Amino acid sequence: MLVLEDVNVYYGAIHALKGISFEVNQGEIVTLIGSNGAGKSTSLKTISGLLRPKTGKITFNGENLASIAPQLIVSKGISQVPEGRHVFANMTVIENLELGAYLRKDKAGVKQDMQRVYGLFPRLLERNTQISGTLSGGEQQMLAMGRALMSKPQLLLLDEPSMGLAPILVKQIFSIIKEINEGGTTVLLVEQNAHMALSIANRAYVLETGKIVLSGDSKQLAASEEIRKAYLGG
Amino acid sequence: MGSSITQQIFQQIVNGLSLGSIYALIALGYTMVYGIIKLINFAHGDIMMVGAYAGWYAITVLHLSFLPALLFAMVACALLGVVIERIAYKPLRNASRIAALITAIGVSLFLEYGGMLLVTAQVRTYPPVFPETMYSFHGVIFKYGDIVMLLTSTILMVLLHITVQYTKMGKAMRAVSFDKDAALLMGINTNNIISFTFAIGSALAAAAGVLMGVYFNTIDPLMGIIPGLKAFVAAVLGGIGIIPGAMVGGLMLGLIESIVSGLGASTWRDAVAFLILILVLIVKPSGLFGKNVREKV
Ligand SMILES: Nc1ncnc2c1ncn2[C@@H]1O[C@H](COP(=O)(O)OP(=O)(O)OP(=O)(O)O)[C@@H](O)[C@H]1O
Ligand SMILES: [Mg+2]
Repeated sequence: MLVLEDVNVYYGAIHALKGISFEVNQGEIVTLIGSNGAGKSTSLKTISGLLRPKTGKITFNGENLASIAPQLIVSKGISQVPEGRHVFANMTVIENLELGAYLRKDKAGVKQDMQRVYGLFPRLLERNTQISGTLSGGEQQMLAMGRALMSKPQLLLLDEPSMGLAPILVKQIFSIIKEINEGGTTVLLVEQNAHMALSIANRAYVLETGKIVLSGDSKQLAASEEIRKAYLGG
Repeated sequence: MGSSITQQIFQQIVNGLSLGSIYALIALGYTMVYGIIKLINFAHGDIMMVGAYAGWYAITVLHLSFLPALLFAMVACALLGVVIERIAYKPLRNASRIAALITAIGVSLFLEYGGMLLVTAQVRTYPPVFPETMYSFHGVIFKYGDIVMLLTSTILMVLLHITVQYTKMGKAMRAVSFDKDAALLMGINTNNIISFTFAIGSALAAAAGVLMGVYFNTIDPLMGIIPGLKAFVAAVLGGIGIIPGAMVGGLMLGLIESIVSGLGASTWRDAVAFLILILVLIVKPSGLFGKNVREKV
């Protein structure tokens, strides 16, 4: 479904992604793990169009994303939940969700998806007229995810959804990610919390200073000595 | 005697609101543009001047009546605003703020002195578009022009409010002004939204220009400088980037000016207005409607 081939991304002179290749297949949960500054967020931003690769190719369902304007990538079925949520804090919960469906013309479908989001996150329904800047961190994470789902994506990119959340909430968010995936949405998940990420993902890639250094089945990776030492704290 | 003082106070309030509604219309454009690209568009007052000339042209040359002339000026300036943004400001989107600010000053001078070349520096008289009718209500005098002015600006501000709060474009505008990257992820074409913002802001300035021409009867190519500065003050007073702030800031400034003039101190008018600005900013640096939080970079 999504294929990256030898992708190089720079921030000015900083070479952030050094020839990255990986793929995500329909229906999977794939996780991208790695320590701070490894290039995880950069990878997601490059897929969603916020950044452009200098060289290399990204294709989605066979289509080269380089030929699509950044703001139209979402209409191809790729939706990103950015690191740190980035909800529109000056707007209500409903307005945020509406903006998630900005490019959609099927009003009935949008309504239906709004109900689906409220089903996944009942808390958002309770708070739907609240200004989202006043939501708690966990609620903002739910809103950011709900907003991303409103575009009805085939592929959902999640950047550190567990960041700053209490353990119980992390569990809840991860079980919702699983539920979203079971509903037919493919997921590419970036996480610091490698333990949780490997527990729900089918496959994983390990990123280190802009390069993929390991990849494979997540159960096998979780069991491997290298990963345990570097990312699972023992 | 007592009643004549009350009358005078009310009279100054009426005058102040008329003048203030013009400031408010101009301040809105300042604040909207600042809200979306963090640029103090110093050419904004000059766009108002162009609007005044467009209205003058529509009335005297095209023989249009007030409303069509107003619309003509608004459309002309909306286009002008979009063109200025695309040519002068867009290439500097990622440049330093000071570079953008200097460019804005350049655009301002270009409009002022380009305007002089085109229409000469000579002062022109605005044709009288309204009857000289006056209405007296308990001794307070409403000129026909005052009423039209207040009505026009109120209607425009209500329309703006509805656009920003309830339309898809308006929501996209608020999204872009809050977080451009997140807006892009929603599928919002930020360049189009920025153009749209310039169009609306410039159209409101044009309306203010026509109203000024009607109100003060004369126009010239440098007429935008002082009202532009004052509207900027009004926008800062209300909290720059905040739309209701610009409306209230503009009206307040108009009221202060006319009350100070009414006290017989019209030479002190501007000084008092700026003094109040300074006092407000000392107490509340982010303006009346601003939240006292550090701006995120
Ligand atoms: N806007 C930027 N300008 C310059 N360098 C940047 C920028 N954003 C990221 N980088 C650099 O690119 C590299 C990869 O950053 P990235 O944000 O992708 O890391 P990450 O894996 O998401 O880390 P974290 O887990 O801390 O979020 C880092 O070295 C970072 O310093
Ligand atoms: Mg990151």
